[in-house]
Amino acid sequence: MAAPKSSSRGHPGRVLAFIGVVIVALYAIMFSTGDKTPRLGIDLAGGTSVTLTAKADQGRNGAVNKSNMQTAVEIIRQRVNAFGVSEAEVQTEGDRNIVISIPKGKNEKETAEQVGQTAKLFFRPVLEATQITPQGGTKLPLTPPSTPPASTPPASTPPAAESGKPQGRVIPNLKDASGAPTPPPSTPPASTPPATPPASTPPAGADANGITPELRAKYNNLDCSLPENRGLGPVPAPEDQPTVACSRDQGEGEEKYILGRVLIPGTDVASSKAQLPQNGSVGGWEVELKFTDAGADKFTKITGDLAANKYPTNRFAIDLDGVVVSAPSVKAEIPGGSAVISGNFTRSSAKDLENVLKYGALPLSFTKSDVTTVSASLGGDQLRGGLIAGAIGIVLVILYSLFYYRGLGLVSIASLAVSAALTYAIMCLLGRSIGFALNLPAVCGAIAAIGITVDSFIVYFERIRDEIREGRTLRPAVEKAWPRARRTILVSDAVSFLAAAVLYVVSVGKVQGFAFTLGLTTLLDVVVVFLFTKPLMTILAKRKFFADGHKWSGLDPEALGANQRQSYRSRRPRGRAAGVKEA
Amino acid sequence: MSRFGDLKNIGVRLHHGDVSFDFVGRKKLWYSISALILLLAVGGLLGRGLHQGIEFKGGSVYTIEHTSASQNDARKAVEPFTDGTDAIVQKVGGDGLRIQIAESDADKTKQVAAAIAKDLKVAPDKVNTQVVGPSWGKEISKKALQGLVIFMILVVIYLTFAFEWRMAVAALVALIHDIVITIGVYALVGFEVTPGTVIGLLTILGYSLYDTVVVFDTVKENAKNITKQTKLTYSEAANAGLNQTLVRSINTTVVALLPVASLLFVGGGLLGAGMLKDIALSLFVGLAAGAFSSIFIATPILADLKERSPEMRQLAKKVAQRRAAEAKAAKAAETSGIPADQAEGHPNVDAVAEPDEDETVPAQGGAPRAGASRGRARTRPGGKRKR
Repeated sequence: MAAPKSSSRGHPGRVLAFIGVVIVALYAIMFSTGDKTPRLGIDLAGGTSVTLTAKADQGRNGAVNKSNMQTAVEIIRQRVNAFGVSEAEVQTEGDRNIVISIPKGKNEKETAEQVGQTAKLFFRPVLEATQITPQGGTKLPLTPPSTPPASTPPASTPPAAESGKPQGRVIPNLKDASGAPTPPPSTPPASTPPATPPASTPPAGADANGITPELRAKYNNLDCSLPENRGLGPVPAPEDQPTVACSRDQGEGEEKYILGRVLIPGTDVASSKAQLPQNGSVGGWEVELKFTDAGADKFTKITGDLAANKYPTNRFAIDLDGVVVSAPSVKAEIPGGSAVISGNFTRSSAKDLENVLKYGALPLSFTKSDVTTVSASLGGDQLRGGLIAGAIGIVLVILYSLFYYRGLGLVSIASLAVSAALTYAIMCLLGRSIGFALNLPAVCGAIAAIGITVDSFIVYFERIRDEIREGRTLRPAVEKAWPRARRTILVSDAVSFLAAAVLYVVSVGKVQGFAFTLGLTTLLDVVVVFLFTKPLMTILAKRKFFADGHKWSGLDPEALGANQRQSYRSRRPRGRAAGVKEA
Repeated sequence: MSRFGDLKNIGVRLHHGDVSFDFVGRKKLWYSISALILLLAVGGLLGRGLHQGIEFKGGSVYTIEHTSASQNDARKAVEPFTDGTDAIVQKVGGDGLRIQIAESDADKTKQVAAAIAKDLKVAPDKVNTQVVGPSWGKEISKKALQGLVIFMILVVIYLTFAFEWRMAVAALVALIHDIVITIGVYALVGFEVTPGTVIGLLTILGYSLYDTVVVFDTVKENAKNITKQTKLTYSEAANAGLNQTLVRSINTTVVALLPVASLLFVGGGLLGAGMLKDIALSLFVGLAAGAFSSIFIATPILADLKERSPEMRQLAKKVAQRRAAEAKAAKAAETSGIPADQAEGHPNVDAVAEPDEDETVPAQGGAPRAGASRGRARTRPGGKRKR
């Protein structure tokens, strides 16, 4: 802090010019970017805000971590965008919350209702598939584990060796990573029923696979590069109808599909697990999939049906919110409700599929902690209330400053104005750069900060007055008072800033907005005192009005008692008595 | 203007030590007052508990800004959804209603809002809703508590480095004092505790300490070189510092309370229930407690702690000896007719204030300066005026 000190003493005019330039520059940026007002939070602008809190599932306490939260934010953001809500905000808050702010407007309510829901996961048969990129994609052969875990239902379970562990069972004849597996001897392909198209009763005009001309037209026109075709739209495809979809992974191996009606809902999935091949064979990651009792029966039948088909209609699609996450092909009926999906998985893509199967893409399950809907008129009223309160507060503080400090009060008003101008500009600019939104607590923080800001001036003014009382004239008093006032201001602002910083880092919800403004105004307070108030005092100390201690300057030595000490002499014994009494 | 003049004179007299409030010396009185308030606060907290808002229990709130419907109408409208529990219906603003029920299922609130809109004859999009899950409040409280603990640890470390550990401890005690009192007031009066309240409470952290730190800064300055003199004990020096900064403390408190009061007025009076009011209310209570504690609690505790250190004990002893000797001398002088002030014998260092730079000193000469130098001596125990 040596720089401001020396420069303000040496060239107070330059320092003032500097801060003037800073303010002008900030406002120039504001006007050039069009951020002339701060972005308003939902509670002031109207809209809906949803706070989702991640639930730690039993035995998976580590699941609520930064990367999973980030994944969840991304997925939720995609969903919100798919609803066509512009300017919606999705942010993490604290370590386990996600806040979605949806401004007033189109689909506000629907988005708010569905955004936190675990996505809809379906198994649908592939009726037709087209590679979008020329490079060969990955075919994900689906094979049954030769020995299903003991926990799976006995229905059509092939004879298996008893083993103590239901999970992590070895799959003896597992193929290499990409090779086509040979079906286990226990489920010979010959036993599968004849191929039947999954769509039970093809509508009129449909081909053998149940594809109607309308559906084919839709399929042909499906552009997978458009974002609205890549996520959950406002209207999910009906479960009992065929539909078209794009694969989720773009780029290499991207496909689009015609899918049959839903065969198994995602709720029939009991568990999933990304793993390395368990039988010691060489291979990449794979994903083990287990169904509930109900799902197991369906799965047995469907895999049987599909296995009789030829590629690509021997595949089933894992349809998540209207996009296909994976579409493995089936070589044989898989009984027992337990299967392994293998292919060119990396660790993370296997984990991803595990999450999709388990949670429907969101790597975590969430509960709605807080859903607040504010009408635009209530928001406006709250904003107005905050502004009125701020205005009244400032006027009262100004009146008090003028009343008590007279001429010096003007200095404190000017400093307050500079501080307010800086705060406002920074709030406007932070809206775009870091997504700062002014909410009601933030307004309260700014109002409460008026006191802290003005206090710095009071500390300085009182020091100056003390020096004058000691018999100094104004110019030396201003310089002599500064180092001591400066230390006090820095030490106390440090405490205030510490409080704001801790609050900001630790807290959740609306507390953060409050802490942010409090911290910002505390920092600006230091800036203003160093770069504005002090140099201004140095300059004013040379003005006759202040230097001569004009009656209205607030620095009148006579009124401050600098040369009136004798008149209090009569009181001395009493004052002294009080001091000495305690000996 | 006469009151203004008084106020001003108080500042002058405080500075010169003409008027000195004995904050440190009568610490037993302040401690007793504080203990009583704390006892009431804790009693209220244990006895009545806190009236927690829905943010802490889970539930939903529906706010309608303008309606001619009565509170009873509103109660009836939500009756099918309350499960036998009571709906809390408040008037807000001029003609608004705020309905609070225990239902915390986000999916059900749509029905409730629709029922309210229908029964109270307002447009559905004019019903503002807030639903809070039951665990959310716990999360907020847990985080607030975490923040509190982290902050306290950091503050103690910071103050220990910036000042010394005794000041850190005294500041911390004052801080806890403020928080307990604020919570106690909430329990006793039965104000609703909301996240806004928590925000206000957390701000008090910063503010209470801020005030205390400013006072301690002056005390520290006053007590610099205190061991090199024998006129004042630490307690007296601390008290003098407190008195010097009293005007600032009062001004700061006034300046801080004015905006908060306007928040309270607008938030409570014009807008009715809401976050503005909640924050302002806890700020108001906490600021008042903070102003009290930094003067009446923090500094006396600091003085207590300090007086226990060996060097301060020694100083107190020396001061006592010196005073005894002085008293003797004064007695002797009195009998021989010499005023006690001059018998004190310390050099009249301030008789001529040094001229600063090119300025001339305002009329100062001639006046007997013994009285003033006493006040000065408190500020700078060493009695040195050299810069």
